Amino acid sequence: MSPGFGLRRRTAVKPAAARLTESAEPNAAAPTEPIEVTPGDAAGEAPAGEAPAGEAPAGEAPAGEAPAGEAGLVRLSEYRRAVLSWVAEDAYPVNVDVEIDVKPGEGVVRFSEPPGFKVAPGSIVGITGSHVHPLPDGGFDERRHVTVWGVATARPRGRFVVKPDRVWTWDERDLPLPAAYERSLPRARRYFETLSAERGVQVRPRLSTGLLLFRATRAPFLSATFVPVLLGLAVAARTGFFDVLTAVITLLAASAVHLGLNVANDVFDTLLGADDANPTPTKFSGGSRVLQNALVTIREMSMLAVGCYAVAAALGLLLILLRGSPALVVISALGFFISVAYTMPPFKLVYRGLGEIATAIGFGPAMLLGAYTVQSRGSISLEAFLASLPPALLVAMILYVNEIPDRTGDAQAGKRTLPVRWSRQTVIRVFDMAAAASFATVVAGVAAGLLPLPGLLVLVAIPLAVRVHAGLVRFYDNPYALMETMATNIRLHLSVGVLLLVGYMLTIADQAFLGFRPFLW
Amino acid sequence: MPSLPYPVARLIDTALVGELTVVAEDGRPITYPMIPMLWGDRIFMTSSVLDSAKLAHVKHNPRVSFSVSDPDAAGNTPGRVTIQCDARVAEDDLNGGWERLFHNWASKDPAIIGLFKARLGFPLLFERALIELTPRKTWFWPDGRTDRAPQVTIAAEVAR
Repeated sequence: MSPGFGLRRRTAVKPAAARLTESAEPNAAAPTEPIEVTPGDAAGEAPAGEAPAGEAPAGEAPAGEAPAGEAGLVRLSEYRRAVLSWVAEDAYPVNVDVEIDVKPGEGVVRFSEPPGFKVAPGSIVGITGSHVHPLPDGGFDERRHVTVWGVATARPRGRFVVKPDRVWTWDERDLPLPAAYERSLPRARRYFETLSAERGVQVRPRLSTGLLLFRATRAPFLSATFVPVLLGLAVAARTGFFDVLTAVITLLAASAVHLGLNVANDVFDTLLGADDANPTPTKFSGGSRVLQNALVTIREMSMLAVGCYAVAAALGLLLILLRGSPALVVISALGFFISVAYTMPPFKLVYRGLGEIATAIGFGPAMLLGAYTVQSRGSISLEAFLASLPPALLVAMILYVNEIPDRTGDAQAGKRTLPVRWSRQTVIRVFDMAAAASFATVVAGVAAGLLPLPGLLVLVAIPLAVRVHAGLVRFYDNPYALMETMATNIRLHLSVGVLLLVGYMLTIADQAFLGFRPFLW
Repeated sequence: MPSLPYPVARLIDTALVGELTVVAEDGRPITYPMIPMLWGDRIFMTSSVLDSAKLAHVKHNPRVSFSVSDPDAAGNTPGRVTIQCDARVAEDDLNGGWERLFHNWASKDPAIIGLFKARLGFPLLFERALIELTPRKTWFWPDGRTDRAPQVTIAAEVAR
């Protein structure tokens, strides 16, 4: 028994902000019961600390437990008092607060039978130490608990001794909430399967249709489509080609292809095991997770992907009818192929380390030149191609950086992305080169007179690239801390695209209204 | 109709965390720290489908025990209590059935409000079953001295 302990051990209180910094994720908030994760998880046992519904056959130890060793008793020894539990003669369990005497060196716990209760010698007892730290403004943190089990052996004067054979520990500091959440998903899916079997109807989690579509399609990533398409339209407008109707249809068609790609990517990544193998998905990486969360079935997602592609195909055909040209047919076919072949067997471009190139082509030249070609009725310009390169490079870098936290799961699933293949130093160096190349392209284009002078506005975004580099250096191995860097990287692509677009808008405005032509372009 | 002595009800209402002990299929007692919420004469707690093992245990054996044993987590009130209960798992509406207790929950753990707003990111955290406890027998130590004999109350007697 450690001297100086109160009824419950009170540890030094860390500010919530400090805890967040350490764990680098928003785990201050908690469900009623913590998502429980134990060292057993790391050892490959069933995830998350408790026996999944219907998973463990009767008599099998709940998942997450481990044979009691000295470490478990050391954890229990933090507590002077604990909750003693056993099953009484009337078949009800009893749990009572008792004083305990833990001897990790001897491998035993001692306690006295609480007055008013009868602990049958030889019965299995659990001894649980539980800790929370109440916060001044309400709520609590520093949640952790430990339970040991063993047979209670009677000693004189109402004393008992237990030599624990099983231990279960949980500490909220052991695993960030998002990771704990992901580890518990298989159990949740089994729960729904069991409940569905009990009721004879499918039971599954609910989310409004709008939110479900938003999440399943990963709609926020549409900025990767808007940037090249709007740029293509702007380049065309600068050279005198612009039609509102076909511009809108182009944007819708490109968006539908992109959403179809996102959904199909989830379907194939799930079928191929990559998304299930990913232990640390974030909101920027690891897919939409709607399948892992059992929010939709694989069939529904497949139908959604087909639906998106069908819409894209219909709009594409309409564009060909309205503005048909061989160039548009070739570019559209290339875009479709890249989109489908991205994760679909047998191509699986992203699994072969070709994801970045495919993404760069699809969300760079293909989309920008496609939009330009629709407006120009088939002609292709060097300017349009050059303008497509900065967003192409940077959108590839979005995928590239987002693959960094996924690399462990990707490697397990045979998804040989570039971060899987390359060392940390190489990955960061290639990012630096790609970011530098995107800015250099604009400078060179302006210097050569191929891009408008206001295009140099993109240089304003250089600090974002520097921040991404710094984030990669600092948080490369911390998926959740890397989230901010991934967000900055997305902003980098968006900023460069928007600034280039603004440059074109200024040039177009100058052409139409101001007449500073020698200065601006 | 009340089934808990008033001081016990007050203690549960104050406690941030208590301990729910269930009996596993292999006969062992398993104890889960849980937030208790008093609603009428019943004690409620919720469990997300992510931590569904306890639900399976309760459905298999509804005989449970609930205790409040940590004065730190009970507003520094010294009392301790053990309550023998019959439990029922309500999982008819996992998505919203538990929300009537949201106010009680948030009053004990305000951080959940922020997490609830971000539920799109953690949807299954808010697919939750209710565990409803009907007290049968109460052992209460007003001064927290569990090394002394408790005050024992049968729920039916309190109701009378």
